[in-house]
Amino acid sequence: MRLRNLWLAAAAVLALAACDAPGKGSAKTPAFEASADPFPSTYKAYPSGTLLIWNATVLDGIGGRIENGSVLIQDGKIAAVGADLKAPEGAATLDARGKWITPGIIDNHSHLGAYPSPGVDSHGDGNEISGPVTAEVWVEHSVWPQDAGFTRALAGGITSLQILPGSANLFGGRGVTLKNVPARTMQGMKFPGAPYTLKMACGENPKRVYGYGRGSTPGGAPYSRMGNVAGYRDAWIKATDYKKQLDKAKAGNGEPPKRDLELETLAGVLNGDILVHMHCYRADEMAVIMDLSKEFDYKVTAFHHAVESYKIADKLAEYGACSSMWADWWGFKMEAYDGIAENIPLVHNAGACAIVHSDSDVGIQHLNQEAAKAWADGKRIGIDIPMEEAWEWLSINPAKTLGIDDKTGSLEPGKMADVVVWTGNPFSTYSKAEKVYIDGALMFDRDDPANNPVMDFELGQPGEGDRK
Amino acid sequence: MIRRILLSLTILTAAPVALAEPVAVYGKSVWTGTSQGTITDGVVVIDNGRVVAVGPASTPVPAGAKEVRAEWVTPGLISAFSRTGITEVSGVDDTNDAGAGGSHFSAALDAADGFNPDATAIGVTRLAGFTRLAVAPQARSNLFGGQGFLANTSGAVDSVFRDRAFAFIMLGENGASLSGGSRPASWTTLRGAFDDVRFFGARYMSHNEGNVLTRMDAQALMPAVKGDQLILFQARRASDLNAVMDFAEANPSLRIAIVGADEGWRVAERLAKLDIPVMVDSFSNLPASFSQLAATGENAKRLAEAGVTVAIVNLDNDDHLAHLASQIAGNAVANGMAFDDAMRALTTAPAEIYGMPGLGVLAPGARADVVAWDGDPLEVTSAPTAVYIDGEAQSMVSRQTELRDRYRTLDESQRPLAYKH
Repeated sequence: MRLRNLWLAAAAVLALAACDAPGKGSAKTPAFEASADPFPSTYKAYPSGTLLIWNATVLDGIGGRIENGSVLIQDGKIAAVGADLKAPEGAATLDARGKWITPGIIDNHSHLGAYPSPGVDSHGDGNEISGPVTAEVWVEHSVWPQDAGFTRALAGGITSLQILPGSANLFGGRGVTLKNVPARTMQGMKFPGAPYTLKMACGENPKRVYGYGRGSTPGGAPYSRMGNVAGYRDAWIKATDYKKQLDKAKAGNGEPPKRDLELETLAGVLNGDILVHMHCYRADEMAVIMDLSKEFDYKVTAFHHAVESYKIADKLAEYGACSSMWADWWGFKMEAYDGIAENIPLVHNAGACAIVHSDSDVGIQHLNQEAAKAWADGKRIGIDIPMEEAWEWLSINPAKTLGIDDKTGSLEPGKMADVVVWTGNPFSTYSKAEKVYIDGALMFDRDDPANNPVMDFELGQPGEGDRK
Repeated sequence: MIRRILLSLTILTAAPVALAEPVAVYGKSVWTGTSQGTITDGVVVIDNGRVVAVGPASTPVPAGAKEVRAEWVTPGLISAFSRTGITEVSGVDDTNDAGAGGSHFSAALDAADGFNPDATAIGVTRLAGFTRLAVAPQARSNLFGGQGFLANTSGAVDSVFRDRAFAFIMLGENGASLSGGSRPASWTTLRGAFDDVRFFGARYMSHNEGNVLTRMDAQALMPAVKGDQLILFQARRASDLNAVMDFAEANPSLRIAIVGADEGWRVAERLAKLDIPVMVDSFSNLPASFSQLAATGENAKRLAEAGVTVAIVNLDNDDHLAHLASQIAGNAVANGMAFDDAMRALTTAPAEIYGMPGLGVLAPGARADVVAWDGDPLEVTSAPTAVYIDGEAQSMVSRQTELRDRYRTLDESQRPLAYKH
């Protein structure tokens, strides 16, 4: 099951290799390489002790389930997971009788910080609509860390999330992966070592925003789905040339091209340094995009929304792209008209990679319930997926699409201790995330108001510090 | 409120014409919505479109009754605030009859004129256990959205059972924007419109326009102003809710309910005292606007505990996913609301708000809107296995289930999937 995403892991390794490439010396490394890191993470794990959580039902996030299981957290990492763990001397212990432990949920489709609360015009920083190709923008430059949405997501068990630019453009810009820790700056949330991503979009949005000038025709290209594809190809042709010049210069053969933020990002995709996340609803369009990616020798890491993935689940499995899906959103536009409640289990059942995503500041608060709906709807048509396997939709699969699955996304020794203790079965509506640990540090405790973050915006306002 | 009101089963509207066979729906849990509470191992007996008995599984059933067995049995759920059935694809204007920004009219717009019982969302809603809908128009040309209606989810041509059931009026930030840019503009518009109606004879004797309303709009608003028709205000901020309550106190004959009420818990006692029911979205817990700063997932719980009649709705997506109100109600329970209060918020509370006696409860004489579930109706993992409207078994097929069945396997080796139907 997990093998289907090996290419992702391979891509991540390549990306790291590119970052770590020695030899030329950092002084000579051109600043315009996609692997450069001009806005580096300043996140450091918060202090944590050694903690044994025991007596719980443990889902390890990679298909394992342990009744009366324990998780040992040490130095911010998962130290051990098992049935009969003993607390090391001096360790704190937490009796989690009747409770469940899972890896923290990872949402690979959020706009928190970029479209923060309150959703006033002044806060609309999620989409650089100025042109159909804005690969030059980085959504991290829009992220407002004071968005109260981050804290609500934390209370829903979200420990990492990808912030994406919006879907107006063919190329919307770079995404950024964050640890869901309150911070004064975006850099303070940035997931250390996570590769960059690129947001692209299929279908109705780009042609509506540009061709139809957001409702008043005529606008500019693209005006149609064929215009969309011409727009992608045109950009990839330029990026291919740019990369060629870069590679030549690197080999000591000629001057590097003039620095171009847009082509830098696209060349980063062609290098395998940047992972492509593509908003695409319709099955036939996804099939075109898979061919397009072969034409230009890159890979689509995940299709997002992917409302019709169930129609081509076999082809998605063969290609090796994940589908980031809702449990039941449908009908709000033509390309969402064929949404069905069994999309996620049907994709999973075909051996393709399924992910539950939110794209919503509300949905992100209960992604466990969204997974539960899909799981139950699958069961009703005879697709009986064990819960411990379904949890892959929430943690390890999204982690793979973000190139962070070697660091988090499952309860395996050595990984970041991004852990949620649930009040009960997390596929029940009545269960809540009770404690959320990020790198071993307790960042949220439902029963302790002192362990509930309150954002600047909420201070001095009605409802400050209230239970949410 | 609702739980203290005895349903007057003698004023039920006419029984449906079609007479289906008697059915006994057995449930390990039967939630009645009455003083019978939740019956363990119970049965609901349906005959001639009515519930004829509710009791333990040993209750006698008519000879030849069809037996249905389920984990849970509930009354048909009621979608208390929706746009279901007046839009097919929200983003496709041609199919969206929810609002009319370009219309010369407002309060007179009758949402029932836009209802399509064949809308695909109707089947999806029915399969989620909702048998009745309140459908509100959107306010687009000014703060008067128009006339809302009540329908069942059978998909039958005659599924609207009460048009002009309520007048919908938008206040708060949206109302301000629709009125020219401020809350004072909203209230001036609202008071002006009420005066237009009150002095209808004088104002419209020789003109078609009042201070605010056209003749047709003033006529349409008349039952609401007279107190004969429910007025549904949408408002979120505590100060907006207080303004509505000031208006209610100044106009005691009006029948008022509020949808939104994100900060309702802050004024819960006054709402209870004035007996103004609210419809809330318990997922609202973010300062998503400056009118929702005190939003909390405990809103529904606190309102119910203060004695306010509370319905639970999905305001985030009120057309295709209005039925997620049951998930939202489950989350209200997770946030401390009593299970029975959350169930009432989907059944008896909307029935009381809109005046639908015999709906939202399982009691002898009630209309036989009955849902059999494979689990607790507020659990996201549960789904209906059978749905009855006025005693008739409903189709459990929707366009979504047909798509699902077509693509359950992707084998095209012999024939394209288009031949599978």
